[in-house]
Amino acid sequence: MKISMERATLLRAVAQAQSVVERRNTIPILANVLIEAEGDTVSFRATDLDIEVLDRANAQVEKAGGTTVSAVTLHEIVRKLPDGALVVLASDEAAGRLTVSAGRSNFSLATLPKEDFPVMASSEYGTNFKARADVLRRLFDKSKFAISTEETRYYLNGVYMHVSDSEDGRVLRCVATDGHRLARIDAALPAGAEEMPGVIVPRKTVGELRKLLDDDEMEIAVSVSETKVRFATPDITLTSKVIDGTFPDYTRVIPQGNSRKLEVDASDFAKAVDRVATVSSERSRAVKMQLDEDRLVLSVNAPDSGNAEEELAVAYGDERLEIGFNAKYLLEIASQVDRENAVFLFNSSGDPTLMREGSDTSAVYVVMPMRV
Amino acid sequence: MTVFEDGSRCPGCGRPRIVRHAELFDLSIAHMDCDAFYASVEKRDTPELADKPVIIGGGRRGVVSTACYVARIRGVRSAMPMFKALQLCPDAVVVKPRMEVYVQVSRAIRAMMEELTPAIEPLSLDEAFIDLTGTARLHGAPPAVMLARLTRRMQDELGVTGSIGLSHNKFLAKIASDLDKPRGFAVIGKGETEAFLRPKPVRLIWGVGAAGQEALERAGIRTFDDLRRWERRDLAHRFGSMGDRLWHLARGEDHRRVTRNAPVKSISNETTFHEDTGDADILDGHLWRLAEKVADRAKAKGKAGRIVTLKLRRADFRIVTRRATLPDATQIADRIYRSARALFDQLGAPGPFRLIGVGISELVPAEQADRAGDLLDPGAEARARAERATDAIRARFGENAILKGRALR
Repeated sequence: MKISMERATLLRAVAQAQSVVERRNTIPILANVLIEAEGDTVSFRATDLDIEVLDRANAQVEKAGGTTVSAVTLHEIVRKLPDGALVVLASDEAAGRLTVSAGRSNFSLATLPKEDFPVMASSEYGTNFKARADVLRRLFDKSKFAISTEETRYYLNGVYMHVSDSEDGRVLRCVATDGHRLARIDAALPAGAEEMPGVIVPRKTVGELRKLLDDDEMEIAVSVSETKVRFATPDITLTSKVIDGTFPDYTRVIPQGNSRKLEVDASDFAKAVDRVATVSSERSRAVKMQLDEDRLVLSVNAPDSGNAEEELAVAYGDERLEIGFNAKYLLEIASQVDRENAVFLFNSSGDPTLMREGSDTSAVYVVMPMRV
Repeated sequence: MTVFEDGSRCPGCGRPRIVRHAELFDLSIAHMDCDAFYASVEKRDTPELADKPVIIGGGRRGVVSTACYVARIRGVRSAMPMFKALQLCPDAVVVKPRMEVYVQVSRAIRAMMEELTPAIEPLSLDEAFIDLTGTARLHGAPPAVMLARLTRRMQDELGVTGSIGLSHNKFLAKIASDLDKPRGFAVIGKGETEAFLRPKPVRLIWGVGAAGQEALERAGIRTFDDLRRWERRDLAHRFGSMGDRLWHLARGEDHRRVTRNAPVKSISNETTFHEDTGDADILDGHLWRLAEKVADRAKAKGKAGRIVTLKLRRADFRIVTRRATLPDATQIADRIYRSARALFDQLGAPGPFRLIGVGISELVPAEQADRAGDLLDPGAEARARAERATDAIRARFGENAILKGRALR
């Protein structure tokens, strides 16, 4: 194999590959990226056995062929090459080496045979649809903060993507929860997604997917089977196993009858929470919200380090309420609000609280209060 | 006290054991570690055992708790399975531990140390840190001399021997006490700290076990020299809160004080079975009882833990541990049990097992625990309330006034 390509194109392709590669792994070839050249394209493939990313780019292919080489090392080299450099990759199968040259820099890297590279078993994708990048970005960006990191609840270690009924008809819905907060985000159901099986997209896949979604108008091809999910742009294909587990019935978690309504400027609210939480050094800092007519007092009382209080003008017309929350959870849900006021709906100080943006029910958050 | 410049024997007593060190009279932080403590006590009380290999431990199925130096020559070590110890040393006399006696002797040693300084930090029955800083005028002799007298008194009055490590901090004192065992007196001065540590393996650091060693090794760190090459920031980045401590230790620095009440870092309980078992029901019963014991101790101390650990020893003696980090610290038996049970269910390593243990760590004050409910487990709050009610009933009517059915399995 011998190819030459522009540094920036190569860097983008290799960067995607090396982020999938697991840093600590016991199977040497999993640290490598599979490079294959044919016609006028070169493809880069990397996997951790759960996720596979395939990135195609145009290149001048002098000699077709393929090899595998350490993804991290190749990425580091390409990253350090000067901008605009023309990079030549040439493999010497007999010697088991790949030479990387650009200008006066020459590198010779150890390779492993491409035949040993594990290729993810193909799957029958029963559901195929297209969705705009900005739509997917909203679905996953707004839900991923609630993904659980508890390994004993592995079925919560991802975003549950499924089709559901809502007030506005059938929707494509993403839900994530860790048992303390929950995010439920809806988008219009794309044509072709009607029969999609519900799948739990793992946290790492959500992170990798995000890199495909920067261009708002890009159409992303989504394919779903019972065991795998695939997201593809014209250049990049991300394939991932889904979490083999049952996502709990989240619908009974979302409070229906909460009637005490608070409306507050989300950004002012988040800043105030952040300020008062400063005095506490505990890992889970509790913030107390005291609600009176059109008045909200946020306070933190940390016996060892101090206390803080801040008052906010809000819209609240119900009876007096005192309720505590983990400051981090409040900040995270408040920062999801990007257009309108945050609307909180409370029941009592012991019951889950609901938060949404204005009257928009396509993004709903639930947070469990905390004893203060 | 006798200070003398040359000679190979002490002019006072004529013994050949002499400690020389340029900083000998300037150092004041010591670690005292008894030599084969339980075995020494047994030999003292049963003089016929004096030259026999003696192993302290419980029964054939247990492990060696202490081996005397005669048995150690044959390769017997602490924590070794008893059957293996007996293979190495078939003529060993196995003695069941008599904890009450050891506690008594330990108290007597503690009393002797108390006469020297109130700054004592016992680590177990047979070892303690002693800080003698600023006591030279009071005692009319520097710390080194008082420590030598302490071990002599232990030998004369109690019939047990100990080894002293003397240095300028706890970390080095603990390493030093191990250098010259038994009946040792080793000194690590400020001047030689760096040269002493550089080639030593990092496993010398107290608290760096097999897993810690592996993590360090993955980072290419085997010796203190390797560790010294790391930037402070990089260590903190890679090893988190431990990183900063490693950076200091690499330089022989340890600013921890000798304090009587070292903070409790974890609470755990374990059970060794009479017969190996893989029976999920039996194990589940043990899990519950252990979780309850751990919770009881946590409640008594006013502590709660963020990490739940499950420990199992397989029939082939391999130890399996799994840990789960909780979003909210707990002292509730029900939560500890459920986390441990989930870890057990995910183990994928079937039994039989010979030991099971449950613990909590990353402790916080109880007020910071169990404050958040669980959206997905609305019953958790009710079960926690039931547990508090159970605690109240037991406090009034006794331990067995009320039990869970699961505790009976």
